[in-house]
Amino acid sequence: MPKKSKNQEARNPYLPAIGTIIETIQETPTIKTFRVVLDDKDEMERFTFQPGQVGQLSAFGVGEATFVINSSPTRMDYLQFSVMRAGEVTAKLHALSTGDQVGVRAPLGNWFPYEELKGKDIVFIGGGIGMAPLRTLLLYMLDNRKDYGKITLLYGARTPQDMAFQYELPEWLEREDLDATLTIDVEAEGWEHSVGLIPNVLLEMAPSAENCAAITCGPPIMIKFTLQALQKLGFQDDQIITTLEKRMKCGVGICGRCNIGTKYVCVDGPVFTYAQLKTLPNEL
Amino acid sequence: MAAKYLKKENLVSWLQTLAKERLTLVPRREGDAVVFRPFAPGQDIPLDQQATTPPKAAVFPQCEPLLAFKYAKDPENPGKVGVQVKEKLGDTPSVVVGCRPCDARGFLTFDRVYDSDRASDLNYLTRRRNTLFATLACDEPASTCFCNWVGSGPADAEGSDILMVPVEGGFVLEPVTEAGEKLMEQAPLEDAGDKAALAEAVKENAAKALGEAPDLSQAREKLLSLFDNMDFWEGVSAKCISCGACTYLCPTCYCFNITDEQSGAEGVRLRTWDNCMSYLFTMEASGHNPRPTKAHRLKNRVGHKFSYYPDIHDGHIACCGCGRCIKSCPSSVDIRQIVLQAIAASAASE
Ligand SMILES: Cc1cc2nc3c(=O)[nH]c(=O)nc-3n(C[C@H](O)[C@H](O)[C@H](O)COP(=O)(O)OP(=O)(O)OC[C@H]3O[C@@H](n4cnc5c(N)ncnc54)[C@H](O)[C@@H]3O)c2cc1C
Ligand code: SF4
Ligand code: SF4
Ligand code: FES
Repeated sequence: MPKKSKNQEARNPYLPAIGTIIETIQETPTIKTFRVVLDDKDEMERFTFQPGQVGQLSAFGVGEATFVINSSPTRMDYLQFSVMRAGEVTAKLHALSTGDQVGVRAPLGNWFPYEELKGKDIVFIGGGIGMAPLRTLLLYMLDNRKDYGKITLLYGARTPQDMAFQYELPEWLEREDLDATLTIDVEAEGWEHSVGLIPNVLLEMAPSAENCAAITCGPPIMIKFTLQALQKLGFQDDQIITTLEKRMKCGVGICGRCNIGTKYVCVDGPVFTYAQLKTLPNEL
Repeated sequence: MAAKYLKKENLVSWLQTLAKERLTLVPRREGDAVVFRPFAPGQDIPLDQQATTPPKAAVFPQCEPLLAFKYAKDPENPGKVGVQVKEKLGDTPSVVVGCRPCDARGFLTFDRVYDSDRASDLNYLTRRRNTLFATLACDEPASTCFCNWVGSGPADAEGSDILMVPVEGGFVLEPVTEAGEKLMEQAPLEDAGDKAALAEAVKENAAKALGEAPDLSQAREKLLSLFDNMDFWEGVSAKCISCGACTYLCPTCYCFNITDEQSGAEGVRLRTWDNCMSYLFTMEASGHNPRPTKAHRLKNRVGHKFSYYPDIHDGHIACCGCGRCIKSCPSSVDIRQIVLQAIAASAASE
């Protein structure tokens, strides 16, 4: 056994940094957002990540779970995580409030190919909590607006109450350099935007596939039909980018939990093009 | 240092010397099983058979704390509770005496994963660097042994610090590493003399006893090409009862779970062996499970060892051929047969 580890920094990959929640936002009945600042000022100042990377949040005593860092690296006042209640850890996180501490292991995983996307038109298609990973890239692109062509956003939720990020939706709708559409599944009182399932609304919007990349994230059933819609609109497999969600533990490619054949979602993902997904064994 | 001879009756005195400086783990009978336990003077040391469980826990305990955490009131603001977290690394110097070549080689499968360019698992590495292996070469391979199929053999010293070859009246000790040499200096040794030639004969006979190894170079692609052939996987997993014994007894199975335990204001984050044959291993929040049946799960177990892992790690197979999963499976599932059938099946379908 060689004495020196391959990973020269040899930082303990399981040791979380401690962060403090500086603000929480109850986004929807089941989604709560946490804005977190690392307690170690130097560490917070040095902290960098790429849009699409994730972190493991710890509620010590209950456990850890994976969430995308949905703030943008261009806005480093805090790291934002939006947590949908799903089980034990997420329930415990929902019970936390401003001033409470959490463990943060981040950044983990790969990221959206934002460099390669420069000069292209971008269509974001987000469903439910799937808007979280899109938000980080959307904000990044808005903050580097001249690098990208036309940017279109389609964000759907079941009902108006299930729409997260309400505090910035008006700005997104108003911006001249962003074409934003919101949709809900069925008609609701006072709703002034689109009504209909995401894939159907997308077909109506009919964005041009030329020099364009579609970035989509949401529940599996939405993804399935959104892919079909994109194909109808002429999008090729390598023009479609999505993120995978697998059960994860270590987040660093060791614990063996998250593989699809030879690929480990925690380190080789979570971001994949649809063309890449097609080369993986059929085990989604 | 050249090879030396250790008389059988001097083994215990060597172990006693070793045990003064290191945690010395040796085989010990417990009920029907032979397991590795700290050496106790006066104990019987069953060296005539492969231990029922590998010495995996010496480096990778079945359950170990990764972190300790503690909630405490903030002294400057008593209304606030803060949390302190500390890493926990086990660094007791240890030596395993009497494991088999396959057992020592099992850790090579771990090493490639637990120390990569991406991350270094300090809990694992700290123990790994503090643990030495005085490995007993096999003179009589069992019917379930197939180390020669996976690039090894009954006298393979890779991953060991000393190789002990059993000969009439004792052992011929061959130093493999510097650390092993130091351990040998503490033993009441004699010159190997004509025992050295005996040791070579033992090695040769054992290698012969294993017979010819089939060519597994095709396994990687063949297993992958069978991925969607669920008839094949349902067939080979028909007898499996998803008990997971094969994973827990395997020297190369390295998957783990992480859970927290808390009592009062303090607690630990634990790592425990996990088992990919369990339904819950891949269960997702939505209720969706990408490996819903035992056929899917056995496919991953075999595929990982003989296809995906070799694909990532320069062709190294993630199985050391110890045969424990075959010996201990309650339903006689035989991983060798699955790999051979895969090679044959996909050849037939081409
Ligand atoms: C790359 C990635 C990014 C993610 N980003 C976000 C995000 O931004 N916001 C968000 O709300 N959620 C996100 N998730 C999902 C989130 O990690 C899980 O909902 C969370 O781990 C559930 O933890 P729990 O302890 O509350 O549930 P548990 O009590 O552990 O389990 C409840 C159920 O969830 C299943 N489960 C456990 N972990 C996961 C998991 N990682 N993925 C799917 N199912 C799981 C369990 O099998 C069980 O059925 C992401 C997951 C991944 C892999
Ligand atoms: S030991 Fe046998 S029955 Fe148990 S999970 Fe493994 S293959 Fe299946
Ligand atoms: S898969 Fe079976 S034969 Fe191979 S190392 Fe594991 S227990 Fe031994
Ligand atoms: S989460 Fe551990 S290997 Fe991916």
